[in-house]
Amino acid sequence: MADPLLDVQRLTVVFEGARSTVTAVDGVSFQIAPGETLGLVGESGSGKSVTALAILRLLQPPGRVTAGRIIFEGRDLLALPERDMRQVRGARISLMFQEPMTTLNPVMRVGDQIAEAFTVHGQAGAGAARGRAVELLNAVHIPDAARRARDYPHQLSGGMRQRVMIAIALACHPALVIADEPTTALDVTIQAQVLDLLRELRGQYNLALLLITHDFGVIAEMADRVAVMHRGALVEQGPVRQILRAPVHAYTQNLLAAVPGAGVRPPDAP
Amino acid sequence: MTPGIESAREPGLAPALLEVRHLVKHFVRKEGLWRSPSVVKAVDDVSFSVEEGEMFGLVGESGSGKSTIGRCILRLVEPSSGEVHFRGENVLQFPRARMRQARRDMQIVFQDPYSSLNPRMRAGDIVEEPLIIHRIGSKAERRERVADLFQLVGLDPDHLTRYPHEFSGGQRQRVGIARALALNPALIIADEAVSALDVSIQAQVILLMLELKVRLKLTYLFIAHDLRLVEHVCGRVAVMYLGRIVEIGDTPALFANPTHPYTRALISAVPVLDPDMPRQRIPLDPASFDREAPLREVSASHWAAV
Repeated sequence: MADPLLDVQRLTVVFEGARSTVTAVDGVSFQIAPGETLGLVGESGSGKSVTALAILRLLQPPGRVTAGRIIFEGRDLLALPERDMRQVRGARISLMFQEPMTTLNPVMRVGDQIAEAFTVHGQAGAGAARGRAVELLNAVHIPDAARRARDYPHQLSGGMRQRVMIAIALACHPALVIADEPTTALDVTIQAQVLDLLRELRGQYNLALLLITHDFGVIAEMADRVAVMHRGALVEQGPVRQILRAPVHAYTQNLLAAVPGAGVRPPDAP
Repeated sequence: MTPGIESAREPGLAPALLEVRHLVKHFVRKEGLWRSPSVVKAVDDVSFSVEEGEMFGLVGESGSGKSTIGRCILRLVEPSSGEVHFRGENVLQFPRARMRQARRDMQIVFQDPYSSLNPRMRAGDIVEEPLIIHRIGSKAERRERVADLFQLVGLDPDHLTRYPHEFSGGQRQRVGIARALALNPALIIADEAVSALDVSIQAQVILLMLELKVRLKLTYLFIAHDLRLVEHVCGRVAVMYLGRIVEIGDTPALFANPTHPYTRALISAVPVLDPDMPRQRIPLDPASFDREAPLREVSASHWAAV
């Protein structure tokens, strides 16, 4: 990779307790090129969400980065003053969570929540921001966007709320979106729509995507490359076809074998 | 009436273990003093039967009514109308005491062991509780039974004194299964019993359920939203959409030839593990089918409401 957008080098995160210390992320290294989608898979507790939070420097104590570098657009995020970091967060790298009901503000109209992304980063005044929020709602295919912008989160369905989350994540034209289980809480037909939308916008905005999921089906649909995490360490990393068809590490093999129906397809099918 | 009943069963054969006939559950929501109440048809004229020893899948998305059916069968919510026959008897007509007896034979395992296991009780006591409620055995006999159950579901004896929070998700679900098995039931209603588990743990719990099915001659009503999983483990499956069964049949026949527009949309939405498989999403157009259409046989052992 000539010039990665994100270059995570030997990242280590520990949680220090009174009696014991847990190494949640243990010397993890990976890169993401501009416009590329890296799927980060692993089971609960494997450290994938902690990795995401560490990249954005959103770890809460007792969690702490003890080693490593996170080079993004040529700068080490771990060395940035908090003021500069705030210019990165939400503007150059944005984050999408699993559960929009807990991440959207329940007492704020969704249009205003999108507009806030512009005003906070000084990209538009209040009036212009509101117009651009409606444009974004259109871009994520919310019908009747101008009227929907005045709705509160509870008035929207789960799929529409996730579309609003995508609109907020894209508001400032970030180079990288970290999506942490973006479709896990959704019904499968709604998940399909949200994945289609993400794929469309990814091309349109030339987005790089760090897609965190436990679902190999989502990985197969979305990822260019895959990194498999187990107990804080990356056990395997490679192009999506290689990981899904010829996994080398025993943990990846077991994980794939546990997917219902995965064994049906011959591994060397075209 | 119920697909698969008349055609599959020879006259004089034993009735199905569970037979649900024209089950209806409407929830009435009061909208305020001056407005007329609105009615949610959670389950809207559903019929199916589950044969002894089978694993019958009930799939659908959130709000399809699949969990309400499970709860109606056990009368954890009272159905609005319809019949639920268990071993040939309509349990909806049972008086309280008789229903309580019937629940010995019909047990349920819930999705979320966090909220279905009492956090202040030790695992051994949780599994023993059904035996106490149904006044089975002496204290010593119950203890022995609980120890056997723990072994049966693959838990260690030293897990007996642990609290639910001290277990992993998979172990907690094993405690839930042990509790469901305590009274030697014939039917287990598994309501999204493995949905919250990591995929490798899910596989282990499914293997346990399949093993117990053979060893204890169990019958499962397997309620789930994961089509891949249901295709994998269930012999027959019913697909629910907005309170109705839109398609039902032998799993291989149904998945080989999904016929109802909703089933086709649902199956086409499931991500495939092959990155090179062309994605052919079939969008659902609710105007393309008649919601009132009755089930008709579309191929051998396969019915669809088209």
